[in-house]
Amino acid sequence: MTAPPSQGSTVPAEPAALAGSAGTLLTVTGLRKYFPISRGIIFRHQAGAVQAVDGLDFSVTQGETLGLVGESGCGKTTTGRLLTRLLEPTGGRIVFDGHDITHLPAGKMRPLRRDIQMIFQDPYSSLNPRHTVGAIVGAPFRLQRVRPEQGVKRSVQELLELVGLNPEHYNRYPYEFSGGQRQRIGIARTLALRPKLIVADEPVSALDVSIQAQVVNLLEDLQDELGLTYVLIAHDLSVVRHIADRVAVMYLGKIVELASGAQLYGAPRHPYTVALLSAVPSSNPGSRGRRKRIRLTGDVPSPVTPPPACRFHTRCWKAQEICRTTEPPLAELVPGHRVACHFPENT
Amino acid sequence: MARAKRDGAGGAALAGDPSPVVNSAPPDGLLDVRDLRVHFPTDDGLVKAVDGVSFRLDRGRTLGIVGESGSGKSVTSLAILGLHHGTSARITGEIWLDGRELVSADPARVRQLRGNKMAMIFQDPLSSLHPYYSVGNQIIEAYRIHNDVSRQAARAHAVELLDRVGIPQAATRVDDYPHQFSGGMRQRAMIAMALSCDPELLIADEPTTALDVTVQAQILDLISDLQAEFGSAVIIITHDLGVVAELADDVLVMYGGKVVEYGTAEDVFDSPQHPYTWGLLGSMLRLDRERAERLIPIKGTPPSLINVPSGCAFHPRCPYAELNGGRSTDEVPELRAAAPGHLVACHLPLSERRRIWTAEIKPSLDGSGQAREAKEAP
Repeated sequence: MTAPPSQGSTVPAEPAALAGSAGTLLTVTGLRKYFPISRGIIFRHQAGAVQAVDGLDFSVTQGETLGLVGESGCGKTTTGRLLTRLLEPTGGRIVFDGHDITHLPAGKMRPLRRDIQMIFQDPYSSLNPRHTVGAIVGAPFRLQRVRPEQGVKRSVQELLELVGLNPEHYNRYPYEFSGGQRQRIGIARTLALRPKLIVADEPVSALDVSIQAQVVNLLEDLQDELGLTYVLIAHDLSVVRHIADRVAVMYLGKIVELASGAQLYGAPRHPYTVALLSAVPSSNPGSRGRRKRIRLTGDVPSPVTPPPACRFHTRCWKAQEICRTTEPPLAELVPGHRVACHFPENT
Repeated sequence: MARAKRDGAGGAALAGDPSPVVNSAPPDGLLDVRDLRVHFPTDDGLVKAVDGVSFRLDRGRTLGIVGESGSGKSVTSLAILGLHHGTSARITGEIWLDGRELVSADPARVRQLRGNKMAMIFQDPLSSLHPYYSVGNQIIEAYRIHNDVSRQAARAHAVELLDRVGIPQAATRVDDYPHQFSGGMRQRAMIAMALSCDPELLIADEPTTALDVTVQAQILDLISDLQAEFGSAVIIITHDLGVVAELADDVLVMYGGKVVEYGTAEDVFDSPQHPYTWGLLGSMLRLDRERAERLIPIKGTPPSLINVPSGCAFHPRCPYAELNGGRSTDEVPELRAAAPGHLVACHLPLSERRRIWTAEIKPSLDGSGQAREAKEAP
């Protein structure tokens, strides 16, 4: 039998660890990941480090969706890989469901892997082309040595049905499916062991517009049906707008704003969030030219040598002297709305 | 038959006379594409990548071509540039660029126009720039092919262009290689190269798909600024309706190699008439929509071009196909005017389409999500 899908009937092993914060599934404090850069041919030495993730604090409540948004190079994917422990954190702490998993060795991590699963971006490279759909979706059972009551085949067929695929397609190969269907196969595999937390890294960005909507709806339905908790990583602000309850905006390895979806999209406070939102093309040709768009100049600075203090000050139109000298803390300005800025907007 | 004859006449006129007088109606716009078909014979059958596409474009205007993967939008643009030459493609129809017909023209002749009178910005700037040559050299090469100028003059021109598209310290960055540029800068360099000969027609194939939103906004602004400055005609090919809404004057919606809807941006976004366009608008993830609202996706997947569904290619995915009593499955709908200048290929009677749009589709897009939410709540 897999981990029981119904909550409440069986209480997890460490009720004491959970008791502190009701319903918090994941807590991250001061999370850092530096990738060293080595130089030299004979005498290898560390010449610096890519500060991909530099001090993240957030928590995820049972049943909610946290969106991580940002441009390429902001560290959102690294964060996802740290949460699933595909990468070893440089510093900080990750507590999942009462367990400190920050530096857990692979062997100890393995039993926990059934509770933390990942949906990948590219449905073409994340499925083994030589395996049948049955083998792909059934792999988690095999790897975790779980014997479902009604047999692996029946369980896989149920999963295929759950994600909207024909269970008869059990013996087909990935190449026989379209991009959207492949993404559904990947999602079925993710759900096999009924994980508590799903980290979805750009789950729809490789799909066509009409298929994106199908997959977004599927993710929402599955959450309602199975009570899933998502960490959704996306560069597309409108995808996050549709799925996430709370949104964290990242810039150069740091969270600059963390708020509920309504707060963040209704009244963004960090200048970067304001610029990001104003950059999204409007879907109404009538409003063209009437909207004020904030043009950010230049590119994101290199994470090897990030700007001191506030990392956004090089591109910020509100930057003052203090932004170059003192790093703004991620402060809670109104309940549930945290911003790291000396001169927040919409106040 | 008639078309073949016309092509022949056009070709002959082209070869003989620099300002051809042709017997098919002379085009008055800059670009006039008439019944363009691009078919690829393959082992699995004939792939009708583009099957009867017509549109026209004037100087200073922007046309947005929208469609999902496999709708034929990129193949159309490659056909205009004559880049199917040397492949197995069978191209019929007419492409008129400033009074010259390109489909039947000599490939060498088309090459003179390509990069000079018409230019293209490709989707992926990293794979379209040569990694072994500096950015400046690639722009200089493009410029010198079409203009008889010295290297120094061409280099000065390249620096000026890089500066114009917003590359900082253009005079030194001109000697950089593509890998030393960021994604946004590479796309700017591509745009600089495309603009090197002041093209009258600029085709941008998914120019911002590989870029971040803030960079996308910079590039879209740049394209429209440059268009205002040079007065060129622009074709933007994209799957992102937001980009089209932002830039395009006219919109062409393609599905399965055919045009399903063609009109001004206002027509297509404010009173769309084709069920596929409704589906695209309903699937669109938008910032101005409430989270509680459910998306209305199109069921099924885009068709394979080897096996395009009979009749209206969209009928297997169309929720209104049954309203026609089987016509959609048997008969290919023709593009007909729903309003002056607004063409739609659908069998549904116009009155019925108007009714569905105002009664069903429009309210669901306009944020009356409460109604649907209330329905789903119990």
